[in-house]
Amino acid sequence: MKRYDAIIIGAGHNGLTNAAYLAKAGLDVLVVEKNDYIGGAAVSRELHEGWTYSNCSYVCSLMRQAIHRDLDLSRHGLILVPYLGSVNYDDVGNTLIAYNSEEAAYLELKRHSKHDADSMFRFQADLTRYARLIRKTLLRTPPDPTSFRRRDIHELLFLAKQFWSLGEKEIYEYVRFFTLSAVDFLEDYFENELIKQSKASSGIIGTALGVYSPGSSYILLHHVMGDVDGSIGAWGLARGGMGAISKAIASAFQSFGGEIRTNAGVEQILVEGNKVVGVALENGDEIRARVVVSNLDAKRTFTQIMDEKDLPPGIYDKAKNFKIRGSSGKVNIALSALPKFSNVPDNAYVNRGGLELTGSLETMERAYDCWKRGRFSDDPYVEGVIPSAWDPTVAPPGKHWMSNFIQYCPAELADGPWTEEKRNLFGQTVVDKIARYCPGFKDLIVHMEVRTPHEIEEEIGLTEGNIFQGELTIDQLFFNRPFPGYAQYRMPLKHMYMCGSSTHPGGGVSSACGANAAREILIDLKRPNSVPVDDFYDE
Amino acid sequence: MSDYDFSSERPKPSHFQQRQDELNIHDAWSSWNGYKFAEYFYDVEFEYFCVRNTCGTYDICPMQKYHITGADAEKMLDRMVTRDVTKIRTNRASYVVWCNDEGRLIDDGTIFKLGDDHFILNCGSPCSAWLDKSAFGFHDITIDDKTDDVAAMALQGPTSCAVLKSMGLENIESAKPFSINFFDFQNARLMVSRTGFTGDLGYELWIDHNLAIPLWDAVYKAGHDLGIHPYGDQATNMLRLEAGFIMPGYEFNEALKTVHFEHDQTPFELNLGWLVDFKKPHFNGRRALFDEKKRGPRYTLTKLDIEGNKPAEGSFLYSNKRCTEEIGYVTSGMWSPAAKANIALAMIETKYLEGEIWSEIYYEKELRQYSKVARCTIKHEPFWSPARTRATPAADF
Ligand SMILES: Cc1cc2nc3c(=O)[nH]c(=O)nc-3n(C[C@H](O)[C@H](O)[C@H](O)COP(=O)(O)OP(=O)(O)OC[C@H]3O[C@@H](n4cnc5c(N)ncnc54)[C@H](O)[C@@H]3O)c2cc1C
Repeated sequence: MKRYDAIIIGAGHNGLTNAAYLAKAGLDVLVVEKNDYIGGAAVSRELHEGWTYSNCSYVCSLMRQAIHRDLDLSRHGLILVPYLGSVNYDDVGNTLIAYNSEEAAYLELKRHSKHDADSMFRFQADLTRYARLIRKTLLRTPPDPTSFRRRDIHELLFLAKQFWSLGEKEIYEYVRFFTLSAVDFLEDYFENELIKQSKASSGIIGTALGVYSPGSSYILLHHVMGDVDGSIGAWGLARGGMGAISKAIASAFQSFGGEIRTNAGVEQILVEGNKVVGVALENGDEIRARVVVSNLDAKRTFTQIMDEKDLPPGIYDKAKNFKIRGSSGKVNIALSALPKFSNVPDNAYVNRGGLELTGSLETMERAYDCWKRGRFSDDPYVEGVIPSAWDPTVAPPGKHWMSNFIQYCPAELADGPWTEEKRNLFGQTVVDKIARYCPGFKDLIVHMEVRTPHEIEEEIGLTEGNIFQGELTIDQLFFNRPFPGYAQYRMPLKHMYMCGSSTHPGGGVSSACGANAAREILIDLKRPNSVPVDDFYDE
Repeated sequence: MSDYDFSSERPKPSHFQQRQDELNIHDAWSSWNGYKFAEYFYDVEFEYFCVRNTCGTYDICPMQKYHITGADAEKMLDRMVTRDVTKIRTNRASYVVWCNDEGRLIDDGTIFKLGDDHFILNCGSPCSAWLDKSAFGFHDITIDDKTDDVAAMALQGPTSCAVLKSMGLENIESAKPFSINFFDFQNARLMVSRTGFTGDLGYELWIDHNLAIPLWDAVYKAGHDLGIHPYGDQATNMLRLEAGFIMPGYEFNEALKTVHFEHDQTPFELNLGWLVDFKKPHFNGRRALFDEKKRGPRYTLTKLDIEGNKPAEGSFLYSNKRCTEEIGYVTSGMWSPAAKANIALAMIETKYLEGEIWSEIYYEKELRQYSKVARCTIKHEPFWSPARTRATPAADF
């Protein structure tokens, strides 16, 4: 029977990136995916004729440009379009509009607070400085701080140098940053509530933390460290939906001779002695390979498709205790027309970018309280985007769809398992909230896809529906991701690797985890590196 | 109120000015051939992306439009430009360049053939004097400058065909690249050519200037749900560079305006040798170009993909990393958002094309000047050239 050089379990965008780089280096690579479609959480599907949703992730900023360029993803059909403008609503419908032009943005801030309008300059400069530092680590393997190998020492020195270039005062600030709450961080700059909440919301996206919880300020940074064509903090849409990213990577992979098998869920990773030798599929097929790479999250990899007895002691417990709490829902809504939101000028540039129903800091905190008690938020934070207002390929002309990301929604409810009825209630809660800011919204609805963490786990296999494949808290970041001692993509058994968002640099559509893992695998297989280094605008 | 009268100094309004004024919300104007002309309307990158993702319109009223008619029209044009004009079929457009006797490029443009004795020459700079000179010796010929009488706009981008379809232009999707088609518009004749300067699917629309605003409104009504937006000079410059098209003032210095010896260019230097047809009878610059072809051009315009992402605008090029031997210069350079590459057009001494090419790039960071040396790779295809640009029938997006 044929033995592959590498098998990648899961055709998420990171699995595909990993596969592409291994194939580019000349290896014989197979990707096996349980679903009949590829992409994992970077996926676009037509669930209602004429409408294509980005079913999970919906906007793009973390994607490593060096990878886009190196794999020539544009030629494979990928185009990332930045979108402009966003509107933040408080509980009673007051708005804060993020205009694209600096002058208009400034005047809008000033309308709310003269102090904050001026303070925004310092805020942006500080945030950019932190973001620049973090960005440099994304396409690099974290060093092992306990090792004395040359590579690790070299990497530690690189980091130290980047760090010291900040200046002494900033270093203290920076370290504090990882433990602060989003609100604590923002208090240093702003006085106006609406301005604070408009920034704080980035600190809770996808995480089981509240705006007042320590650690949420890093999450905020995680959402502004990306860029679109060098504009740090900007977000873009993939033409054709987020699945276009996965499709382009898959196409690049196939152009290097790679093979993808869908409907091919892995039941078990095959282990002989202390070595991984292949996979057994759910249909009973066994496939062998020199290395096996898991695109699944750490918890799933070690507790579901591996046997506890095959693992060295300790790992199983680490995986079991890996923090991977589901906290987000996604409601995709097909609309018969462009919705008209209250209290915004009819300005084509601002009312179709992001719609942020943040309410107030208190509202967001109460939304979190619901989650803690095992309920979905009755007044959730909704981040809406209308991709069809920018992308002509995802809805019929004149028709639209709205992507709504919801915080919070638990994976497990206090009152028993998720049912269809409860899911519909969740969807209704979201629609009701949107309709508060958009009279007539309900009449426009053509179709809806409501996804709680339960659906996200069922379909994509993200444990508990955690969007990042594991919380982005300091204990699970950088050389601690997924577990201390295992941050270099090699897992405790020989020939086994991980390449999903459970590894550094974590969640988001970045391709970085997959590419970093490929670099390590190629070292072990003694192949020349095929993974590019990151290039920066902000060198 | 002052008593001054500046009217003779102000740029004159385009036929579409009324509508463009409403949409140019930052008042970012410059001028082209005396017409008021948008640098951009809302945001350069946004407009650029409209053309790559949905569609955009570009005001080409200031472009020069000469109607050349009469039994000698074809012969005259054939003697003037380097391409074989007799091969152009009726209702087809053709990209052409014309040169002085030394074979140096005067300008480029398009010739539209509307009939055996009816042609239109469209070009960026006024060239009445040169046309008159070129018509010397021909008798049955009339040259009519219609620039001010015609309103014209480019409609470019993947949804451009869908916009025209929804305007009711029947069968427009089957119009081939470089075809010219006619439609009735409010009882007047609307000419639509499948041409453009963006390297994407696109058209140019031409109509009597009295119908400029109705045409604009019809196009914008049809485009409302198809992402239509005007774009200005800056986005055009990005789009044409991705498509690998040359621009006066960047890649070439118009020969008739050139002071310094050989600071103008030849078609061979501009990598436009395919436009020079030695099989046809005599044309302007033929002898010089023939000699140059034999000899090989001193410089060759080259497409470069440059490592890193600092645009190489204004860079010198070298044959080695230490930058000891200069071999050329960058004419246009930018980061391409669609191709995700650091692209440039560059004039490089032909004999160095086989070797390494390094670019010394200058850039500024918070008031401090920096430079870096980056490796360049030659590209033979346009940086942006999706299949939809050439596909017939044209797609809806
Ligand atoms: C609702 C939601 C919204 C998000 N929004 C954004 C956003 O807007 N922007 C952003 O950048 N990020 C966003 N994210 C995060 C981002 O989408 C993910 O972090 C990223 O896509 C994960 O990619 P991955 O390749 O690491 O893993 P995954 O996408 O999880 O891929 C894992 C793959 O493995 C497959 N699989 C699972 N089990 C098996 C098995 N046993 N055998 C074979 N295959 C298996 C799965 O089907 C899947 O294809 C969002 C995530 C979610 C869920």
